[in-house]
This record gives sequence, structure tokens and C-alpha cells, in this order.
Amino acid sequence: MSLPLMTGARRRVRRLALAGVGVTLVTSACSAPGPGTTTSSVPSGNVSTALPTEKTTVALYLESNFAGQMTPLTEAFTRKYPNITFSVKSDEFANLLQNAQKVMASPEAPDIVRYPQVAAAAKNGLLTNLDPYAKAYGWDTWPSTLLDQMTVNTKGVRGSGPLYGLGIGYGSTGVYYNKTLAKRIGMTQPPKTIDEFESLMAKAKKQGIQPIMQSGKDAGLAFPYQALQNQFGNTDELKKWLYNEPGATFDLPSSLKAAEVLRKWARAEYLPSDVNAIDYPTMMGRFAKGEGLFMFNGDWEASNLQKNTKGNTGFFLVPGTSASAPHYAMAAPSSFVIPKNAKHADVAAFFLNWVHTAPEARRLVVETTGSSPGGPSGLALPKAGSELQRQTLAGAQEVASENGAVDFVANATAGILAGALSPGLQELATGRMSPRDFVDSVQEAYESELGR
Amino acid sequence: MSRRSGTVSGSRRRDRSLSAGARRRRREWTGWLYLAPAMVFYGLFVLQPLGRSVQYSLYDWNGIGVARFVGMDNYIKIFDEPDRLTTLVHAFELMLFYTVLSVVLALAAATLTRRLSSGAAHAARTVLFLPQVVPLVGAAIAWSWLYSSDGVINETLRGVGLGQLARPWLGDFDTALPAVGFVGTWVMLGFCMLLLSTGMAKIDPALYDAARVDGAGPVAEFFAVTLPGVRRELTVCVTLTMIAALASFDVVYVMTSGGPGRATAVPGVEIYQLAFTQAKVGAASAMGVVLMVLVLAVILPIQRLMRER
Repeated sequence: MSLPLMTGARRRVRRLALAGVGVTLVTSACSAPGPGTTTSSVPSGNVSTALPTEKTTVALYLESNFAGQMTPLTEAFTRKYPNITFSVKSDEFANLLQNAQKVMASPEAPDIVRYPQVAAAAKNGLLTNLDPYAKAYGWDTWPSTLLDQMTVNTKGVRGSGPLYGLGIGYGSTGVYYNKTLAKRIGMTQPPKTIDEFESLMAKAKKQGIQPIMQSGKDAGLAFPYQALQNQFGNTDELKKWLYNEPGATFDLPSSLKAAEVLRKWARAEYLPSDVNAIDYPTMMGRFAKGEGLFMFNGDWEASNLQKNTKGNTGFFLVPGTSASAPHYAMAAPSSFVIPKNAKHADVAAFFLNWVHTAPEARRLVVETTGSSPGGPSGLALPKAGSELQRQTLAGAQEVASENGAVDFVANATAGILAGALSPGLQELATGRMSPRDFVDSVQEAYESELGR
Repeated sequence: MSRRSGTVSGSRRRDRSLSAGARRRRREWTGWLYLAPAMVFYGLFVLQPLGRSVQYSLYDWNGIGVARFVGMDNYIKIFDEPDRLTTLVHAFELMLFYTVLSVVLALAAATLTRRLSSGAAHAARTVLFLPQVVPLVGAAIAWSWLYSSDGVINETLRGVGLGQLARPWLGDFDTALPAVGFVGTWVMLGFCMLLLSTGMAKIDPALYDAARVDGAGPVAEFFAVTLPGVRRELTVCVTLTMIAALASFDVVYVMTSGGPGRATAVPGVEIYQLAFTQAKVGAASAMGVVLMVLVLAVILPIQRLMRER
């Protein structure tokens, strides 16, 4: 029964096998993997803003959790332009991240792809340069704070260069609170400073109420962490880091201070004792059940929470260090790109333009995503359905008007969340890593991933 | 006449010897012909990807763009970055659960069921073997529920007055790796037990009689007869469970994705994250090659050690 690994009679076969490996190595070593060069995406200039008259099917590749949100939009579009129909493929978010670049590289690439890592795909030459469309449709006159996140220059740095994506829903974040628990601790209005916020949590803790419900298992701690980081200044430097500018560093006073405050909160048991075992669905369930006064999250959950807590949830923007400080919030478009290999790029661009400008589409975006529809600043914001949605939308607008939108730190590089932020915050929250070491470890992982 | 006949018989003899050689050669050819389809598939789907992995490991490549030759850099980084090295240490810690614990328990279970009536033994074996039939991903999800803060394990502890032991098993830095490892024990136990039971069934009963005549008790009997009797099965158990421990992925990925912190990071999860979240195909391939060498380095001495002398 011993494994036939080294029996003498098979030596010849083994030698043959080794020769086989050798041959394979030699033959495959002749050429490097991948293409010889990446072709940079030069805009052709000939773009059409007219829809074709023949029957056309636009292929979409979406995130499965949010594929349903797209249906009302595509249906409304087909009602208006009956010769344009849509075919949808979707993947769970993590799978989408893994597969999207390969899917876009194939000759059968879809026409519109939900893809958050715009810089990586643009650098690999996989995306259509949208500048000609931006000029033709006037996207270049829209407020730039959110579109900036989807511009990428030739070095793969975001924040400048051609536009490569548009958002369907421009999400923003803040703090949800449980109205019943807030009343019990005497919170009559949202806190105006971080100090006030902290004293509310102390009150809650004293009364046996869980101050914060957050998911540490799948990187949910990045929400309160960056919420603090944004308020402590250095947001311009942080944006440089987020956009991968050469020489940018995470080692900022604000990064360190946020880590210190988060650790203080963990020590004071403002975070759940089993925070590292809580995943996102568990967090949502426990908060909705009344476990937790506050939860750091985004406007995409507004309609969910309104329904599941029967109107018992309120929302406020993360307060600053002083009552007069401008508001900063993590905010990012749910970005959609047009692959370079797309067969119907013109139709895709027409559709994205329609989503941003047609009143019906804007209403549907607000209804289904809960987020701002973006688009020209002159257009009126559609009326949101629920009270909670009105609060989150008003918050997002306030942030936009104060120029306080900052992309998620998790979007800095593809691997930073799983590789450094998530494990680091888990160790920080349990006192296993010092704030200094946390900041250093994030920067180290960032440099290693970007090959700096 | 005689000369002629001599020539004839000589040439006939030469004919015969020639045809025998040709036949042997043809037989060999036929052998290779039978082997050919398997060899082609083996080359195409085992050797070729293996060669490719070795080749990729020498490049800095994101899977899509231009690849840059970097020589041994990816390998140096594995031993240079403490995080990647830790994953290898964790893999060896998992061996305690996958190999040591499950083989010891399997030996005990197989010895005990051998003495049971055939019906009871059959039932016991079925129960213990069941985890092998359950897809690992499903089992991992079920175990996550058992381990959760208000899961069965913690509720039971609280119910019997051991509430102070209750904890979020997978979210606690000290218990996460053992908790994941124990699922490995649970899976491998049935497989080892079945293999060892089969081995024990073919031990000559006369040996047990002889041992008893010599005055051996159950313990002495176990060490003198049973253990040497299942030596080969034991080798297979140890080998396969060690490979499972070193190459573990699904259970860890589903239950903790390597967390909390890096408490349960193992090479399999690290390779996956390098290749698919960080798009570092070269670094992932290098890690894969190191893992393969490591598996061979652990397995080959065991094969040698446990081979019959």
C-alpha cells in the first residue's frame, strides 16, 4: 500500500517525466507570459452620439448583489428606445474583481462593466478612453470631485488624465443611529463634534447599550477608521496616496491619530467584543435588531434599513473636530467602464449619459441605489422615497458642496484591503498592533504591491 | 547435405532469435502505445502547467499586461517577508490537527470498532466517515455557525455553567487556528479510520492468538500486533493528511479568509490572494512552487522512514 513514489522499476518512467518537465520548461521559457507590450488607448475621435437604427443588444457585466438595481433602468431605456435591448451577466463582487480584467481582455468583451479598479484596468490598456464622449455629451462640465476618481493618467495615477468611467449612483457614507436607543441616552440631535460623539458613546456604554455595531471580519472597521482619518486633516495628501501618486505616503498625522482613537474606542469597548467575528450581513442583522446605537455605513443601505427597522433609523454625517469644520465623507461612484473591446461603445456611452441626465433615469437611480445620480449640477435632485433616504441624500449633497468627498482607502490598490487594512485593523482593535505599526504596515504593503 | 542442413538450421535459429527480439520490441511498443493517451494528458495537464508555474514564478506579471523577468526575486521575497513565512509556519501547526490528532483518534476508533459486532461497527464507521462525503465548503459554513458567538458550542458552554469559556472562536486570535484545524481533524478522521480498519481486517487472527498465549494485554497486543500490521495504511494516512494540511485552502478561506489579523493565514489562501486579489501571478506561482517543494520535502522522508525494512 505504500505510495508508488520511488520504486526502482519506475525509474525509467520518472526519467521520462523529468525530461518532459525539462522540455516543457524549455519550450515555455522561450516566450514571456502575456503580451509583448500594452497598447495605450488612443481615442479614435470618431464617436457617435446617435443611436443605431438596427436592433442592438448591449452586453452588461454586473455585480450580482446590485444587478437587480439595473433592471428598472435598462427596462425604462428599452421602453424609450425599443431597438436597444440588454443582456446581463453578473458575478459576486469578489469574483467580479478577479474576473473582470480577463473578461474585458477577451475579444467577446461586454459593453459596460461594473469595475471599481479603474486605474489597474486603464493601465493595462483594457478600457475605452471616454474623453471624446465627455466632450460630445458635455460631461466635462459636470462637477469634477467625483469624476476625478475615474480619471487615470499614463502612469496609472488617478486624479488626472483621460476619463475612463462613470458612476451609476455616487455613494456616500456617514453614521446610522437607532432612534429608540438615541432617545434612551438623551440624544436629541446628531452630535456636532467628535467629542460630542464620544460622550454619547460613553453614555450608551454606561447604560449597557452597545455603542457601535461594526463588522471586523470583512474589513468593516475601515469605515470608522477612515471616518476619523478624514476629519483629522491631510485629506489632500490622503487623496494623493489613494490615487497612487509617486512618493505618496499613508504615514500622515491623520492616519496615526485615527488609529489611536480607534484603539481607544476598542479599549473602552465601544466596539462589540466579538467584532472580528462579525461579518457584514451579521452586522446589518444585529443593528436592525436593535443591537448597537451607531453604525458607520453608506447611503446604499438607506432603503434597506428604513424597511427593516420600520423607520427607527436616522442618519448623520460624521462630525468634525469642531462644529464649524467642513464635512468629509468617504464617497465613491459605483463605477462603470466601457471595455476597449466593446462592440457597442457608442450605445454604451449613450446609455450612461441617459442615466445621468434623463429625469426618469435619475429618479430610478435614487430609488434603487439610494445614492446621488450625479450628472450636471444644474439638474434638480429627484425626490427621495423615504425619510431616511432624504437624510442620506441631503448628507451626500452637503459633502459634495463642501468638496469633502474622499475615496475609500480600500480602493487605493487591489490588494490593500485584504493584504493590510483588514488584518491590521483587526489587530489594532484587539490591541495586538500599535497605531504606529499599523500605519507602517499599510504603507509597506502599498509600496510592495505597487513595486516601489 | 549435412552442411546444407546445418546452414538451414542455423539460419532458422537466427530467424527465430530475430523474430523473438522483434516481438519483444513490438511488445514494448504496444506497451507505450497503451500508455500514450495517459502520458499525453499527464504532460498536457500536469507537467505543462507545472512548467508554466515555474516559468511564471520568475516574472513580475499581473496576468494581463506586460511581464517583466525578475529572476529569483519572487522567491527571495517569500523568505524575506515575515507575513509570507508565517503562512508556512501555520501550515505546520495545522499538521498537528490534520495529521497527529486525526491519525491517533483514527487508530483508537479503528481498534475499538474492530471489537464491536459487525452491525455496530458498520454504523460507527458510517458516522465517522460521513464528513468525507460532505463538500468541504458546506462543512466550513456549518462549522462557522457552530463556532459563532451565539452558536451551539457557546450556548452549550453557557448552558453547563462554563460561560466564561464562551468566546467568538473564529474571531479570537488565540483560538482561530485551532478552531479551523479541528475541522481538519473532523474531516480526516473518517478517512483514516476507514483505511486503518481495512488494514486491521487483514491481520492474521493467529497473530492475536499467539500474542494472547504469550500473555499480552490489549495494550501490548495493540503495539505488538495491530500497529505493525497497519504500517502501510499508516503511511498513506500520514502522507495524505500532511498534504491536506500543507495545501489547506477551502476550510480556511470560507471560515476566516486568513483572519483575524493573520492568525490563520496559510499558503493556500496567500497564493489565492496574491494571484486573484493582488494580481501578482509571479509571486503566487513562486509561493506555489515553494509549497510543492515543501510538500515533497516532508513526504519523501516519511515514505523512506515508514517503508518496510
